[in-house]
Amino acid sequence: MKDVARAPDDALEVYGTKLASRLFVGTSMYDSPAILADAVKASACEVVTVSLRREAGGSRAGSSFWDLIKSMNVRVLPNTAGCKTVKEAVTTAQMAREVFDTAWIKLEVIGEDDTLQPDVFGLVEAARILSEDGFEVFPYTTEDLVVAEKLLGAGCKVLMPWGAPIGSGRGLNNVFGLKAMRAHFPGVPLVVDAGIGAPSHAAQALEMGYDAVLLNTAIAKAGDAVAMAHAFKLAVAAGREAYLATPMEPRDMAAPSTPVFGVAFQQ
Amino acid sequence: MHVQVIGAGIAGLTAAFELARRGVEVSLYERKPGPGLGCSFYAGGMIAPWCEREAAEPIVTQLGLEALDFWTKTLPVATIKGSLVVAPPRDRSDVVSFSKRTSEFEECDSRRIGEIEPDLADRFPYGLYFPKEAHLEPRDATGALGKALGEMPNVALHYSTDASDAKGAFDFTIDCRGFAAKPVLPDLRGVKGEMLVLRTKDVVLSRPIRMLHPRRPVYIVPRTDPHEYMIGASMVENEEPGRITARAMMELLGSAYTVHPGFAEAEIVEIGGDVRPTYPDNLPRLTLREKTLAINGLYRHGFLLSPALASRAADVVMKGAHFPELMH
Repeated sequence: MKDVARAPDDALEVYGTKLASRLFVGTSMYDSPAILADAVKASACEVVTVSLRREAGGSRAGSSFWDLIKSMNVRVLPNTAGCKTVKEAVTTAQMAREVFDTAWIKLEVIGEDDTLQPDVFGLVEAARILSEDGFEVFPYTTEDLVVAEKLLGAGCKVLMPWGAPIGSGRGLNNVFGLKAMRAHFPGVPLVVDAGIGAPSHAAQALEMGYDAVLLNTAIAKAGDAVAMAHAFKLAVAAGREAYLATPMEPRDMAAPSTPVFGVAFQQ
Repeated sequence: MHVQVIGAGIAGLTAAFELARRGVEVSLYERKPGPGLGCSFYAGGMIAPWCEREAAEPIVTQLGLEALDFWTKTLPVATIKGSLVVAPPRDRSDVVSFSKRTSEFEECDSRRIGEIEPDLADRFPYGLYFPKEAHLEPRDATGALGKALGEMPNVALHYSTDASDAKGAFDFTIDCRGFAAKPVLPDLRGVKGEMLVLRTKDVVLSRPIRMLHPRRPVYIVPRTDPHEYMIGASMVENEEPGRITARAMMELLGSAYTVHPGFAEAEIVEIGGDVRPTYPDNLPRLTLREKTLAINGLYRHGFLLSPALASRAADVVMKGAHFPELMH
């Protein structure tokens, strides 16, 4: 058996950075920063997302928590969570670049309060402004192919469609749409961001050929966040290995795994 | 034995009180002009060991049980009327998650919620009632402690005085400076909290109400004045005290309005905020360095944890006791 998933050349490459882990983990809502740090370790993730909008305050005083994040020795993907306008998102991204010394930005422009779905028009506009300013943008988007094309046109080299509304834990709501997106952009790193509730959802995304998953609530709000982080690590590895192993195609009728014709004593 | 206590927030006041009760000579130093004027001033005053278990380690519940005794018997300023946890219909799953993480509650339907808190009748389909929990008015509690200390012959209170101006030799120092101790306790961080106090005759609530919401949770605690309610509190990983954001006020007011629309016409009596001194595990610590013991990291649990921490601190100072769960 080829140990494909652990082959060194299976690394995920985003904006020229190679990542062995295909799990990105959000840092909010944990019972404590200590539990967050243990969960990050158990997940073996190499990328964590951090929100800045609210924590920054008037004097960017959120530094102690940010220092804790920096001390975890993982790559930080700052995000513009909670931003509702292009201007707000761009300002937050610029501040994130200063605070975390990175060109990476997870771009969220929220369009609707109940579903927290992206305002895709503002998203494309902000992505263009930030890309031209040298940012490496990870846009939180829907599975809409036209929006995806426009984001690529705006300079994004990674796309992050939602699985389901943020924090809903409903898994992959539109499997058909996500499959179409995967087929439509074979060469673009695609990350399912938001809506993942259980490790099986993450495995499913990876089995479908998604390059990675990004999640927060499913780990942070689990009864045991650290154990759940480890479960996600295993699920993501399993899903990736299954994808590389080419899963069988489903069929409508039973197909016996042993021949039934001519079995002795059969009446 | 003569012990210096620095800081007259809830940690320092309870520590001084415990030592003085045990006959120790105590000198309390506080930079502010009176007791309880730091972040204790903005506390909710919920003595809710089981509700807090939802997001805290078991030790918070264990230590918190001692607070129920302290605030209802030793220094009786608290009222045991229980607490009520509710959620809007579409956030029912939050009530289920909450219930899975704690104990000592009764599940309530809409009718039962109305029996417990008549003004909330027919407003929420589900809830959890924690009958053994208590609440107090933090400013009454710190005031009562300050008064009790002032009446004890073995206690000297030095308000508006920096501890560095202290005269005399002490056998021990208890450092209860909260976030101000960060220079000597570098693991501390501040978690900002913002609150407001509303005054209304249109809503009558007799016990703390917690409304669960994925983005805008809120609690409402009745104050001593029967028409005043404390609405709290934001939780932001940020260390700037005193800067109240519009967002926090909008969210707290919006959530209070969801609990009861009668709050719309309430008078805003006060807004305030400060930072909660917190360690990375969000748990309290007793830090012993030679003849100085720091009580810190009480986070959002000042009134819940301080009685138990004070009694353990007294054991450390007077008997050389060691509490591994608090002194790691």
